[in-house]
Amino acid sequence: MDLVQRHAVTRTGRLGAPAMVLGPGFGCDQDMWRHVAPAFESDHEVVRFDHVGSGQSDVSAYDPEHYDDLQAYADDIVLLSRELGLRDIVLVGHSVAAMMAVLAQRAAPDLFAALVLVGPSACYVDDLETGYVGGFDERDVEELLELLGSNYLGWSRSMAPVIMGNADRPELGQELTDSFCRTDPDVARQFARLTFTSDNRADLPHVSAPTLVLQCTDDTIAPLSAGRYVHDAIPDSTWVHLDAVGHLPHLSSPDETIAAIRSFLDARA
Amino acid sequence: MTAPGTFDEPLLELAPCGFATVAYDGPILQINETLLSWTGYSREEVVGLKSFADLVTRAARAYGQTHLRPMLLTAGSVREIALTMVCADGSRLPILLNARLDRDADGHPSVISIAVFDASERRQYEEELLRAKQEAEASEERSRQLARTLQSTLIPSRPPAVPGLQIAAGYRPSGDGEEVGGDFYDVFQIGPGDWVVVLGDVCGKGVDAAVITALVRYSVRAATVDHRSPAAALGVVNRILLEHGTDRFCTLVLLRLQARDGGWDVVSCSAGHPLPVVVRAGAAPEPTGTLGTLLGVLDDPPLTDDTLRLGFGDRLMLYTDGILEARRDGELFGELRLLDALDRHGRGDVAVAVDALLAATMAFQGERADDDIALVVLGPPAD
Repeated sequence: MDLVQRHAVTRTGRLGAPAMVLGPGFGCDQDMWRHVAPAFESDHEVVRFDHVGSGQSDVSAYDPEHYDDLQAYADDIVLLSRELGLRDIVLVGHSVAAMMAVLAQRAAPDLFAALVLVGPSACYVDDLETGYVGGFDERDVEELLELLGSNYLGWSRSMAPVIMGNADRPELGQELTDSFCRTDPDVARQFARLTFTSDNRADLPHVSAPTLVLQCTDDTIAPLSAGRYVHDAIPDSTWVHLDAVGHLPHLSSPDETIAAIRSFLDARA
Repeated sequence: MTAPGTFDEPLLELAPCGFATVAYDGPILQINETLLSWTGYSREEVVGLKSFADLVTRAARAYGQTHLRPMLLTAGSVREIALTMVCADGSRLPILLNARLDRDADGHPSVISIAVFDASERRQYEEELLRAKQEAEASEERSRQLARTLQSTLIPSRPPAVPGLQIAAGYRPSGDGEEVGGDFYDVFQIGPGDWVVVLGDVCGKGVDAAVITALVRYSVRAATVDHRSPAAALGVVNRILLEHGTDRFCTLVLLRLQARDGGWDVVSCSAGHPLPVVVRAGAAPEPTGTLGTLLGVLDDPPLTDDTLRLGFGDRLMLYTDGILEARRDGELFGELRLLDALDRHGRGDVAVAVDALLAATMAFQGERADDDIALVVLGPPAD
């Protein structure tokens, strides 16, 4: 199977330059990076992709038994990066893709020169024993899964015409409609369960690359306590608290997000 | 002068649905009386102090950030989103929510207008639907399990060990294997060195066909005890099928094997079934015996016993027509390909032969069988 097709890879920027790989997070596809990617195309080979099962990926490649842990997604990133012959990779992971980035860097330390973790959380569920606050308890997780299920039809039926009819913002186009509407509900459900039940706290100390942790303001998915935990546990970590509110700074405040990543990269150069 | 946070229009205040306006990334600006009465909050504790996210479950908050916000930012509105609000007393209110994002003159997001509908009854109805769906799925799973159990009684996973005889069997269900097929085989002992092997195919699929398959299988066991001649035993099976009144018919091959001088004397009878193929050293594989009439149709079907000697290294293969009728682009696997495959793989170990024949047939039809395939290969050990 052609990995480029399987992950609907978009390659822009300077081919052969140090690479930046942008991993989309929970509920998102590569289109979410559309405001950030262009800012790094002058000096990077920028690679956007979709996880198998979401966005424009080849959904037929989705095997529920294989994609039953985040390592499987992390392995995909490693394979894809090798297949594309990328070098000096800055691996950017948003939301759950931040932990995929951690796992990928742990599995292939030579491949990934730096990590940028946007709104990361190593564990979404509170851990009463250690006092860790992830922001969710088990009931919250179950309710969220229920909510995703009951709103699926809402997305596919009602949203498509709304987006399509948005004539003054043509850049949204067909892709965004598809990315939201085409995700198979069973795949979305398994991915959501995986996202919110994974615990990767033990992987963090093994990250050997310089890492930027981007923490948003009032992020209910990844609260301050979760971001701080990630920052404290990764040996060479830089902490930036964005003014951007919510969980999608790359969409809502792309300029601030770009500036933070840029100054992290400049400081390393 | 209206109190801060109220709507000017009395209609909006008392409308039969909830209204609120919220600053983008900020607190609630206005909230109507209806929504306050549904949730039990006072206007003073909400307006300017709480965001809308503070009034919903954490799950809804997470969903809002990952799904609603991007849709509002890109499409400008969301419709009929099912969420749950948390009331002042901690109780939960299922709602449907429509929202629209307005932008200021510079295009920056400014205010979100929200309409809220009480969806308690709708949610209950949906939960009942969901439960019904889950029950249907569970029942389907039970029926699949039943089919698998039934199938395993008709197609034993492996034949019994027969002294002085190598014997191996293979089976591939059609499609996704969730329906009981009509193919069956059986190997059993009548006396010392005296064995019966039967392989056949009852027309049709599913539980109704499986009932007849079981009937045939046990009738063969009973009839072969009284009748040494396979043709005579199959005459009895034919009568049982006719008396049962089913309109399903059956084709099968029955072998009676008698051990003698290290080899086996075989009497075979085919009732409308593809003839067994014999493979001997130095000779091409060839069908052997006489094609009789299928069972369950005629009162007195013509059936013939044929005799055959299996010496060291000889092999005999029984199979169902799923092999001959395996299809690729409308072309059948056919007898020539079967004989060729047997010529190449049918001479050594019987288990290897069965695997090779199954693999050849499945590969031919792209690994998905249109019809069940059952086969048995047997013969005295080669040395």
